[in-house]
Amino acid sequence: MKNLSYLGLGVVFGLALTKGEAISWFRIQEMFHFQSIHMYGIFMTAVPVGAISLFLLRRLRIRTLQGDLIQIPRKPYHHGVIIGGLIFGFGWALTGACPGPLYAQIGGGYLVTIITFISALAGTWVYALMLPLLPD
Amino acid sequence: MEFLYKPWPWYVAGPIIGLCVPALLLLGNKQLGVSSTLRQICAGCFPANIPFLRYEWKKDTWNLFFVSGILLGGFIGGYFFANPMPTGISENTVSLLKEQGITDIRGLLPSQVFNWPSLLSWKGFLMMVGGGFMVGFGTRYARGCTSGHGIVGLSALQWPSLVATVSFFLGGILFSHFVLPYILAL
Repeated sequence: MKNLSYLGLGVVFGLALTKGEAISWFRIQEMFHFQSIHMYGIFMTAVPVGAISLFLLRRLRIRTLQGDLIQIPRKPYHHGVIIGGLIFGFGWALTGACPGPLYAQIGGGYLVTIITFISALAGTWVYALMLPLLPD
Repeated sequence: MEFLYKPWPWYVAGPIIGLCVPALLLLGNKQLGVSSTLRQICAGCFPANIPFLRYEWKKDTWNLFFVSGILLGGFIGGYFFANPMPTGISENTVSLLKEQGITDIRGLLPSQVFNWPSLLSWKGFLMMVGGGFMVGFGTRYARGCTSGHGIVGLSALQWPSLVATVSFFLGGILFSHFVLPYILAL
């Protein structure tokens, strides 16, 4: 039952990505060439809405539906955020997709992007294999 | 139903995306993040005794339900209620893409490149197979993607996520200016 609510929220998220054209290869090119506010507008509204929500959740000590204290996760710095981040950026420019849109593009009926998705799995798998050799 | 066919402006789509952050926390202390599902699927399907893929991936099945929802949302918004009009990108982008050989701007992806036969060409192979690989490799190396670092990390005001997000954009900007034109010309 609970998993169904995650599924439902995924539908909302996927619908917003799709209808907001954040999964559009064309919009991604437009963004990287600074030719419209559209994609930047999505980020610049999503992040403050998220930040204000997190602030209020913390401030008002709101608990989860199970009554637990809300935990705001931390992601410490490692050099991978730069090296991996750049590599991901290259792939984003090629495919027009970050991981969320990988799923939404398939759902949108662009079945050939299943190949993009499988290739992303391969990339993650090769990263896992090479992990001991990579600078952190 | 009209609003389901039309693309949504950024000031509608953005806040909905932002609200997914508190919604997941309230539902069960879950953190929005999509790229981790790629690791989960690898761990579930081809662990191959790799230490990084031997972890309790089943504890995070909620995430697999979430991404199934994304797929379904993509189907509803991109296929069932597909926008019948060409994407409303700026005229400058239209002419730039035209110069690079992309003349058909209908749908969400250029059908001239993203089709099955094109996988056998250098252009299609590099864009789909090469691009997908870099998305999967890079996001795991960065330990997050546009959702985990770009939306959640920035919302939580964490500077490593800012460094990650700047790197995502820098990589994309450099690549689409200096490399992509050559690939599209193949």
